[in-house]
Amino acid sequence: MESTLNKQQLAEFYRQMLLIRRFEEACGRLYMQGKIRGFLHLYIGEEAIAVGTMAALRPDDYVIGHYRDHGHAIAKGMDPKIAMAELCGKATGSSGGKGGSMHLFDAEKHFMGGHAIVGGQMPIAAGLALASKYRKDDRVTVCFFGDGAVNQGEFHETLNLASVWKLPVLFLLENNLYGMGTHVDRSRAGGRHIYEAASAYDIQGVQTDGMDVVSVNECVSEAVKSIRKEGGPRFIEAMCYRYRGHSMADPTMYRKRDEAEELGIKDPIESLKNFMIQFEVSDEGELASIATKVDEEVSEAVQFAEDSPAPDLDAMYSNVYA
Amino acid sequence: MAEMILREAVAKGLREALEDDRVFIMGEDIGAYGGAYAVTRGFLDEYGPERIMDTPISESVIVGAGVGSALAGLKPIVELMTINFSLVAIDQIVNHAAKLRYMSDGQFTVPLVIRTVTGGGGQLAATHSQSFENWYASVPGLKVVVPATPYDALGLFRTAMKDENPIMFAEHSLLYGTRGDVPDDWYEIPFGKADIKREGDDVTIVAYSRMTHVALQAAAMLEEKGRQAEVVDLRTLRPWDKETVLQSVRKTNRIVVVEETWKTGGFGGEIASTIQEEAFDDLDGPVARVGGVDVPAPYNGTLEAATIPTAERVIKALEENYGI
Repeated sequence: MESTLNKQQLAEFYRQMLLIRRFEEACGRLYMQGKIRGFLHLYIGEEAIAVGTMAALRPDDYVIGHYRDHGHAIAKGMDPKIAMAELCGKATGSSGGKGGSMHLFDAEKHFMGGHAIVGGQMPIAAGLALASKYRKDDRVTVCFFGDGAVNQGEFHETLNLASVWKLPVLFLLENNLYGMGTHVDRSRAGGRHIYEAASAYDIQGVQTDGMDVVSVNECVSEAVKSIRKEGGPRFIEAMCYRYRGHSMADPTMYRKRDEAEELGIKDPIESLKNFMIQFEVSDEGELASIATKVDEEVSEAVQFAEDSPAPDLDAMYSNVYA
Repeated sequence: MAEMILREAVAKGLREALEDDRVFIMGEDIGAYGGAYAVTRGFLDEYGPERIMDTPISESVIVGAGVGSALAGLKPIVELMTINFSLVAIDQIVNHAAKLRYMSDGQFTVPLVIRTVTGGGGQLAATHSQSFENWYASVPGLKVVVPATPYDALGLFRTAMKDENPIMFAEHSLLYGTRGDVPDDWYEIPFGKADIKREGDDVTIVAYSRMTHVALQAAAMLEEKGRQAEVVDLRTLRPWDKETVLQSVRKTNRIVVVEETWKTGGFGGEIASTIQEEAFDDLDGPVARVGGVDVPAPYNGTLEAATIPTAERVIKALEENYGI
C-alpha cells in the first residue's frame, strides 16, 4: 500500500469505512431485535470500495447501485440517521419508510438508488450517463453491481450500448465471489476475472484490490479523469470478500468457515489502520478518537430511528404518481 | 381543421414535443430506416442523430436508458417497435419505471413516454399479434393510453408529454391509416376521460383502441334493427373512466364490453366487476363480454380473423345476454 494521498484524506477514509462498518453492525443488531425487517444485506468487508470510489468523484456525479446499498449511500453523503430511519421503516427515513434497506435514495447527493433486481440498475445507469452526454455536462455516472449481475442480459445490453454511444459511465463491479450462495466459478464461463469481459464490448477494463481503499481510490480516480476528458465508458473489477452471508437470512452453508483466511483476505479497515500507524501518518490515539466519534454517530442514528414515528397509514397512497 | 391519418397525428405530436430541448426520441430503426410503422419518417434529417437515436435491438436497455435520462431531468420518448417486444423490457417498465417515484417517496420522478404498437390482424402469428395494454394497466405507477382516432391520438399524446409519470402509449397497428379531423387550434385530452363516440339509449358498448371501430360497426348494425347503441371509448385504461361507463349503463341497462386481448384476464373483467359492484340493480341481464379467443394468434388469415372480436360477435353477445 503506497499512496500520494495526504494524511487528512487517509484519516477520512478510515473514518468513513469505520462508520459504514459500525452502521452495518448496528443494523445486524436491530435486525435480530426485529426492528429492521425484510431483507437486510450487509456491506461488511466491502467498505473500501464505496469509500475509495466516492472520494474520487464530484458531488454532482451520479451514483447508482444494487441492494447492498447502505455503504454506497453513506459514502455518497447520505445522513446515517436518515438511512437508519428508513431501514427501521420510519416516517423520517429517506423514503418515508416505503423503500427499506434495498431502496435507499438521496436526490440531493445524486445517489440514484438502491435497486433490488439484479442487474436492473445497469440500463438506468446508461440513461443517467446519456443525459450527461445529451446535455454536454461533464458528469460521470458510477454504476455498482456484483458478480451475480454479469450473467444477466441487462449487463450485456448496457455494456454494448454504453460502448456504442461512448457514454460517460464507470462500471464498477464488486466481485465478492458469490452471487447469493453460488460461487462465481460455478456461475460464469471464463472464471472470476470478469473485467476481461469488458474487452468484448471494446471497453477498457482493469482489476483492482477492493479490500484496499487506496488502490480503489487511485484506480477510480484515473478512470473518472479519463472519462471526463475522453469520454467513456470504463470498467473496474474490485475483488473483495463479503464477511457476512448474502442477507441476514443466510447461514452461509455453501462456504467454509475459514475461507477468508485461506484466501488471505485482509480486512480493509485493519489494513489501513496498520498502514497509517506503521508510516506514522497517524497514531493509536488519533484513530481511537475517530472510532469514538463514529460510535457516537451510529448511536445517534439508531436513537433517531428508534425515536422516529411510523408513517401515517395515508402515506401508503402518496407518490404513486407525480 | 385538417383531415389526417393517425400516423400523421402521432408524428405531429412528436414534432411538437421536440420543440422542448429536453425531449429526444430513441428506439429501434426510428432514424435511418424511418420507423417500422413509418411514424418517424424524416425525423432524422429534421432533428439530427443527437435527438433521433437509433438503438441496438436491446429493449431492456432502451427503456432503462429512458428511465435513467428521465431521472436525470430529461423528457425522453422511447419507441418499442411492438408491445410484444415490451416483454423483453418488462423489468424496466414494471420494476423500475413504475416504482422509482414511490420507492424514493417522491425524490425522483420518471417522466417517460413509451410509445409502442399493439394488436393483431396483420397475419404476423402468435408472437407479433398480442395486446398487453391490460397487463400494464394493472400496475400502479404506470398510465396506459389506447387511442382509437387521430384526434384522440394527438390530444392524448400532448397530455402524455406534460405528464410527469411513465406512460405506455399503445397505438394499434391497423389504425395508422385511420382518417379523422384534427383541429388546427391547440387542444388536449385529459387521461381518465372516456369519449362517447355515439349516443344511444338502448345498449352500451364499451371498447378501446381498434375495438372502438368494431363497436361503432355493431352500433350501425343495431340501428338497422331499430336499437340505439351508446359507444363508450375508454381512451385510457389507467386511469379508466368508471363514471362515464356507469352513467351510460344506468341509462341503457344493457352493456357489452369489447376488447381485442384474450377474454381470460382481460380488462373487460375489471369493467364487468365494477359494473356489478356499483350498478347491479340497473342491469337487465349479465354484463356481456366479447374478447379475443383464448388461443395464440394463428398465422392463417381466416383462422386469425376468427380469433378477433367482430361486430357480429358483439351483436350475438347482446342477443344471448339481453335477447335483443
